[in-house]
This record gives sequence, structure tokens and C-alpha cells, in this order.
Amino acid sequence: MSEIIQLKNVSRTFEVKRQIIKAVDDVSLGIQEGEVVCLVGESGCGKTTTGKMIAGMLSPSSGSIYFRGKDISTLSKDEFKQYRLGVQMIHQDPYASLNPAQTIYDIIATPLQHHGFTRGEAQTRARVRELLQTVDLTPPDDFLEKYPHQLSGGQRQRVSIARALTVNPSFIIADEAVSMVDVSIRISLLNTLTRLKDQMGLAVLFITHDLALAKYFAWEGRIGVMYLGRMVEISPARQLVERPQHPYTQVLLSAIPEADPDATRRKTRIELRSMDVPSLLRLPSGCAFHPRCPVFLGQKCETIVPRLIPQKDGGAVACHLVGEEKI
Amino acid sequence: MSDSTLSVRNLTIEYTAKRGNVQAIRNVSFDVQRGEALALIGESGSGKTTLGLGIVQLLPTAAQIRNGQVTYRRFGKNGQAAEVDALGLTGNALRQFRWRDCAMVFQGAQNAFNPVLRIADHFADTAKAHGAMSGKTLEERGKHLLTQVRLDAERVWRAYPHELSGGMRQRVLIALALLLEPQLIILDEPTTALDILTQRNIMDVLKDLRSQLDFSLVFISHDLSLAAELADRVATVYAGKIVELASVQIIFKAPVHPYTIGLINAVPTLAGDKGDLTSIPGSPPDLIDLPSGCKFHPRCPLADEKCKREEPELVEVGEQRGGKGGHQVACWHWQNARQTQKAFGVKA
Repeated sequence: MSEIIQLKNVSRTFEVKRQIIKAVDDVSLGIQEGEVVCLVGESGCGKTTTGKMIAGMLSPSSGSIYFRGKDISTLSKDEFKQYRLGVQMIHQDPYASLNPAQTIYDIIATPLQHHGFTRGEAQTRARVRELLQTVDLTPPDDFLEKYPHQLSGGQRQRVSIARALTVNPSFIIADEAVSMVDVSIRISLLNTLTRLKDQMGLAVLFITHDLALAKYFAWEGRIGVMYLGRMVEISPARQLVERPQHPYTQVLLSAIPEADPDATRRKTRIELRSMDVPSLLRLPSGCAFHPRCPVFLGQKCETIVPRLIPQKDGGAVACHLVGEEKI
Repeated sequence: MSDSTLSVRNLTIEYTAKRGNVQAIRNVSFDVQRGEALALIGESGSGKTTLGLGIVQLLPTAAQIRNGQVTYRRFGKNGQAAEVDALGLTGNALRQFRWRDCAMVFQGAQNAFNPVLRIADHFADTAKAHGAMSGKTLEERGKHLLTQVRLDAERVWRAYPHELSGGMRQRVLIALALLLEPQLIILDEPTTALDILTQRNIMDVLKDLRSQLDFSLVFISHDLSLAAELADRVATVYAGKIVELASVQIIFKAPVHPYTIGLINAVPTLAGDKGDLTSIPGSPPDLIDLPSGCKFHPRCPLADEKCKREEPELVEVGEQRGGKGGHQVACWHWQNARQTQKAFGVKA
């Protein structure tokens, strides 16, 4: 399998009030065709910025992004269009991402016609109906003439998915795509995404703050954990949740409450050394997690930024404690 | 005499809207015992927040309380309780009821501090409005409370809201809610929009406080795991009605309402296996145009003709299930609960 998207030492800075903040710092990541990768982390860790750079909505400040082996900054006009069509994004808020003045038919037909995927009214209508069926909005005729406000949050998010599929993408970025959807119907939305991924061979980058959800969705794929702009651990999903290596991943997992009163009250907690989240404007030296890390080693952690080192078990960890010699 | 801090009976609240009346709370009854933590769990739009606002009479003007009583019991030092009709209060009495007897921390209120007032001034304002302590006494009490919610009291007391993180502000609010020693605290989505580690901190603070102080807690949340962690009893709310109410153990281990069962099966857990999860089909109902009979019937695998015609009321089933009392459910077919699990496609 070849890599559809590859990030090589990608960083992105923003200027806020004449100060530079590093939203994403030296992230390298390859995603295979048809693979599922979940990015998790707390707010401000750079997961959305990473997603936007992959989608071509933001350019990296340094480093390069490759689409099917080609650096996206050197693509020709035609190739660039292929890349932008090939990588589609589903946004978090289905109430804000659909035009309230357009019917569902218009929302889905516009990209089809604009990019020449269908010709003529009859063909377009047939394709729109087909797409609505693909995302389980059935019967499609009930939805064609409706406006977004007449649909529930879950249905709107399905319309967003159908819209992303209009241009036959091979890579979908879903940024917190189910966090605003009712709890009782999240799973069915995720199952629809999984089915589409399997049927169409899509690669998916799923951005979320919910590790339990990430484990469910990325069952066969990988989960990457970000902290203050850096990837601290990336491993096969179940392995990451069951045997986390990086202290930050361990702390996160021990902090999550479980929907089971016995399990959650018996869980051993790992205490942080400090509750304060450092500001992106004044990142700690060395490993950015060192002021809070429960297994802080001393000088090495304060001065040297740990690199993301591949491990024998298929994961990769950026921590001095996990060591370099393991492989 | 009842030993509960709060008794809500047949509460019905409606909002007037252009399309018709929004039936946000329909005939809801429950008690909150002294010192207990009760969680109200439900999806967005199920009426949880309206219920909280109704108790402290802070509903928006479009809302009307159609029916019901809310009785608050103020326990004295000798254990004797004075009953207060919370919905009948007006003017000064109402102002004293709020905060002194029953404090509420609103959803997202950590973003509603006055940005030009220091935390100390927020405490002083509250104390002054309620004719409570001032000066040195206030400062001592305030700093003591800030320490109890695990904040650096000296620093936070002098700080402006923007100098604190979201989680710190939420803890300041909890401290502020405790200022006048209320017997009842209502928390609306106390951990929503906070990061995992901050959520954990708030939960630990709440647990600490409950073990040190004597107050009852009602918290409103869509997050099942928060209820599993903190609550003594849990009420599931669907379409403005409590559909199941029981101890936290029963709700999570042996629920009998198809909605509770479905909701628990719909939430992924870290330890869980992939095959254990299923969604509830359909979507939550429109509160203006509610279905007939049981409001859950269009989504329920056990629904039959009776469910479409008649709405079940909350009845006690604990003893029938071979346990003690204290398990209430509103379902015609609760005895077939295990069947529901299968119908949702889940191993029973």
C-alpha cells in the first residue's frame, strides 16, 4: 500500500499580537490509502491545524506535505485541483457548515455540476438521490426539497458527508464530526462512515478529543496523540488504549471517566505534577510535557526535545523514558 | 416528615413559540435526599436545563410553569426542617432562597464573569447582595473555599477572570456557589467544554467537597460517564419526562427502560469491545409536536399498539424485581428489558 498523504517535519506558526505561537511543531505522519487514523488531544494541541494543512486549507510554515508522493507546493494547476478534490473535509458544526438558504438538493448538486461530474438535470438528480441513499438518508425524495433547518443534527451531518462524497474523494478529514450530534445516534453516524470507508476504499483522518470514540472508530487503524503541537505517541488503536507508552497518554487514559460505576470508581489515577497547561506562547524547554510529567527524569527532559521514535510493537513514542535503544 | 432536601411534584413547564407550545418538562416528580448526588441524564433538548432553571425560578419569560410543586426543606441545627414552597416565593424571599438555600452553577458560566472585577469582588458582590459577611470574615471564608476547590487562594483571590483558565474559573464558580452554605447545589453541565484533564480535576474537587461538606447535589449532564463517577442516583430524561430513576448501580448494570438501555449501549468505553455498541434508531422527538402515547415508541424495539395510545407513568418496580424499593420506570414493557437488549442487537 502506498501513502496517500505524507507529512514531513511539518510546522505551522501563527502570529498573535506580534507574538509567534507554534500551533504545530515538527509533525511527521504518513497515512496509507484506505487507512483510518484518529488524532486525539486536548484543545489547542494542534490537531485541527494539522487537519487543515492536510486538506490544503492552510499552508505549513515549514516542512512539506506530499499527496501520493508529490509535494503539494510543487503541483501543477491540474494536479493541485486533483489533490483538492481528492481530500475532502467534514466540519464539526453541521448547523454552520450548510448554507441555510439552499435546499439539500442544491447543496449536493452544486459541486456535482460545478466540477462536471454530472451533466443535465436528470443525471444530477439521479446522482443526488444515490448519494443521499449512500449516507442512509432514505427515502431520498423526502430530503431533496428540505432546508437544513428542517433536519436534525445527525441528518445534517449526513448531508455534509454526502456533499464531501460528491467529488469522489479518496481521503476524508472529519474534524470532531460527531461531537455535536446526539449521543444516541453518534454510533450510527460513525458506522456509516466506516461502511463508506470500506466500500469506497477511503482513507480517513478522524480528529476527536474522545479517546473511547477514537478506539471504536480506528479499531483497525491507528491513533495519534498530540500535546502542545507535537505528536507524542502514535500506535495501532487498541494497543495505544490498552498499553499506552507515553506518560501523557497514560495520564489521559487514567483521567477519563467510564460509563460504568464500578470500573470508573476503581480506576487508578495518575497524578500530574502540575495542573497548569502551559501557554503556547511560552512553551517549556525540552519536552513540553516535563513540567507536568509524573515520571519527570530531570535535566534531560528539561533540555532535549524527545524525537518520535518507532518501537518494535509498531507504535512510535516521543519520550526519553521510553528510550531510543528499544528498536 | 420527609427527609429529602427537595421534592418536585408533577412539574410541567412549557415554552410559548410561534409553532405552538414547547413541552419542555412534562409531569416530572422526584426527590433529592439530604447529602445525595442526583444526576439528570439526557440528550440535548430533553428538558434537563429547563428543569434546573424551574427550581430556582430563573426561567426565561417565554416559559410558564403550568402545574406542579417544588418543596424545599431547610434543615435546622436540631434536625427540624422548615418547608419552603419554592415556586411560591417572590421578592426578597426568593432572592434569599437562591444561593443561600439553593445555588446553581449554569452551563458555560465560566465565561460569564464580569471581566473588570477581580475574583475577590465577585465574592464581595454575592455576599453583599445577600446581606452576608464582609471584610476580613469574607476574605477568610472566600480563601478557605478557594483552597477547598484546590486553587492557589492567595493568587486567585486577587486575579481577574481572564487570568484564569476555563477549569480554574469553573472551580471558582463552585467555590462561589458554596459561599452562603446552601444545602442544595444545581450544576448544569459542569464539565462540558473542558478538556479531559480539567474535567478530571473538577470531578475530584466535587468528590472532595461532598465528603467534607454537607450538601445535596443535582447535576445535569449528557455525559453518562460523569454520572457513573459522581452520582448516587440517576434519572434518565427523555422528551421532558423522567423515564427511569434508580441507584447508579441499577441504571448502569440493570436498567429496564429501553431508552436507558439504548443510551448506555450507544456510548463507547475504553475497555469495551467494538461489537457491544449500537445506536438508537431515529432521532429525538420535536418537543412541539410530540408523538402520541409513549414518547419513545417511534424509536423503541418493543413498541406495540398500547405504547402508541397511552403514555406510561413512572411507577415503582424495585420490589417486583426482587430488590428494595427505589427503582422507578415509565414503560409498559419494562419486564421485557432483556429482550430490548437483544432487539438493539446487543448481547444481554
